[in-house]
Amino acid sequence: MLAFLLRRLLGAVPLLLGILTLIFFIVHLAPGDPTARFYSPNVAPEVIEQMRRNLGLDQPLHVQYVKWLKSFLTGDFGYSFGQMRPIGELLPGVLWNTLQLTLVSLVLIFVLGMLIGIVQAVRQYSLADNLLTFVALFFYSMPTFWLALMFILFFSLKAQQWGWPISFPASGMSRVGAEFLPLHAQLWDRVVHLVLPAAALGIGSAAGVARYMRGSMLEVIHQDYIRTARAKGLGEARVIFRHALKNALLPVITLLGLYLPFLLSGAVLVETIFAWPGMGRLIVDAIFQRDYPLVMATSFVIAAVVVLGNLVADVLYALVDPRIRAE
Amino acid sequence: MRGRANPDVAAAPPEPLAADAAERAAAGVRGEGRRWTRLTLLALGWGLVLSGALLSAERLRALPGRARVPLDVWVAVAALALLAGAMGWATRRALRPRRAARVGDSQWVIAGRHFRRNRLAMAGLAVMLLLYLVTLLTPLLAPYDPAAQGDIVRSRYLPPSLEHLMGTDKFGRDVFSRVLYGARISLSIGFVAVGISVTLGTLFGALAGYFGGWVDALLMRFTDLMLAFPRLVLLIVVIALFEPSLWLVVLVLGLTGWMGTARLVRGEVLSLREREFVLAARALGMGDARILFRHVVPNTLAPVIVSATLGIGQTILTEASLSFLGLGVQPPTPSWGNMVADGRDQLIASWWITTFPGLAIVFTVIAFNLLGDGLRDALDPRLRT
Repeated sequence: MLAFLLRRLLGAVPLLLGILTLIFFIVHLAPGDPTARFYSPNVAPEVIEQMRRNLGLDQPLHVQYVKWLKSFLTGDFGYSFGQMRPIGELLPGVLWNTLQLTLVSLVLIFVLGMLIGIVQAVRQYSLADNLLTFVALFFYSMPTFWLALMFILFFSLKAQQWGWPISFPASGMSRVGAEFLPLHAQLWDRVVHLVLPAAALGIGSAAGVARYMRGSMLEVIHQDYIRTARAKGLGEARVIFRHALKNALLPVITLLGLYLPFLLSGAVLVETIFAWPGMGRLIVDAIFQRDYPLVMATSFVIAAVVVLGNLVADVLYALVDPRIRAE
Repeated sequence: MRGRANPDVAAAPPEPLAADAAERAAAGVRGEGRRWTRLTLLALGWGLVLSGALLSAERLRALPGRARVPLDVWVAVAALALLAGAMGWATRRALRPRRAARVGDSQWVIAGRHFRRNRLAMAGLAVMLLLYLVTLLTPLLAPYDPAAQGDIVRSRYLPPSLEHLMGTDKFGRDVFSRVLYGARISLSIGFVAVGISVTLGTLFGALAGYFGGWVDALLMRFTDLMLAFPRLVLLIVVIALFEPSLWLVVLVLGLTGWMGTARLVRGEVLSLREREFVLAARALGMGDARILFRHVVPNTLAPVIVSATLGIGQTILTEASLSFLGLGVQPPTPSWGNMVADGRDQLIASWWITTFPGLAIVFTVIAFNLLGDGLRDALDPRLRT
């Protein structure tokens, strides 16, 4: 197991280096450079020139590349012109905000998706199965941003207008003055703020997991050992949840790594709509402000999270399936 | 792909004639029991042609008088005429007795038969064909100019009514017409971008699988690298660094969507290259290029077609997300994504501006997903029921 883990970790290193290289060349092949945001009739060309020299932009590309790589590897992410702060100071908090949203959403996806998939597989071709298949398809085909807007429209705005017993906040992570509340109230406040964004982010993927789970469960249910379990008189719930589920889960675990990039893509939209101060919103803001160092740093961190997520999925898969470790 | 009769060409009907393909597909192979479906579909098809002609009659009459007629109107007229022709042909075919099914059926004929039995997938196909038809006929069908701004006092934020089927937006533009014009943009972007990504993916996957060794290692590491970026992040970075334009969006969507296909094709090629027919081809002294592109790649087409169909749906979703962020299709041109974004600040007061383009996206993507699932079930022998 340890050898497997080491092998996978070593495999991730060239991948991360490749990601860094790709980001560097995309950003540097594009027209314009970080000083572009300072162009104005009030700024003398000499000042811009000086700025380029200070930033090292006048050096040849390969020198810049090596320097940039070196500073990145030592943990120096540079300075954000848009926020006027070192990026290394900025990122951890923002990353944590995104992780809260994505992880809650991930749990939602798998719990909801797996439950629906199991129900569908156990009651194959019943009315419930067909109905759920169609509903799942409907949500699977829905653009995240539109779903998010509809959630805001119904569960926040209209809910208040029509006087529904519950309505959820439509933006932000906590209400004004939340930091003065006792801890449990703060926690509750955060949960309430998480409901809509996490649901908007997760439901589409939950539908995907449900489709997958249904197929994998159906494959398992028709196997001989399930018939044996039933024949020896075990209750249906025990057969499904103890015997079938374990094997049906195997292929679903690989989805974990697959859905992470998908979720982070969705997070860009959901965070923008719900004003959630996470990576997605940061990168969009950075792009509109032409804040090149921040764009490079955030896209690298997002890609690194995906690589890490895939690594975790691989390890989980190896933990539950010994055949993989031997490969 | 010239010379030899190629089965996959027959499987993908050319676009303008597609309505006829639906006819043929729905009619069933062994005619008798399906007469009613066929008649209904014929009636529906003719109804479509006639209503299209009626709706556009006024505009058609105005045509010769105007000095400059935009090209797309001519295209629409041609499409309408072509559709009428196709319907006539389909009617004649339906009226004549049908030949019995042949004895030796090819893989594609068998798959077609399975596909036709899948009612949901047929519905998806019908919706898709209808959508492409509508994109061609848009200049004739749209009641208003999508860019024409109405009276800022009297005709902005009008709720849906008979005059404005989906209401009007903040500039008094007709939302229904904009949804129709947006369909053209969204569907064409989806189609072209997936065309690019499927071509690239097939090429990369085929090369990696066939040659193996360092070619494989290099191409697959690159694929892993591209997969590590969430697609939307990569897209917004690239598009924001360059000037956003329609062609850039199409190109970049195409260049960021090929990884799934590449992995799929590589897997197929890996197993195909050990098969006897490849050995035989090599024994006959054929070159690598000829073996790969004439013998191996055509055999991988079935899963590629499935992933392309599902990919169009995903690409339409991604394009809408980009436009929603303001990085895709730029505002005066309507696209479903930027229309949803337009209505965002008026969410309560005028819900119709966001709702209808969003629903258009949902139904389009559902159609493509149903079609893709149906194709997968039909083309994969293991999934046939």
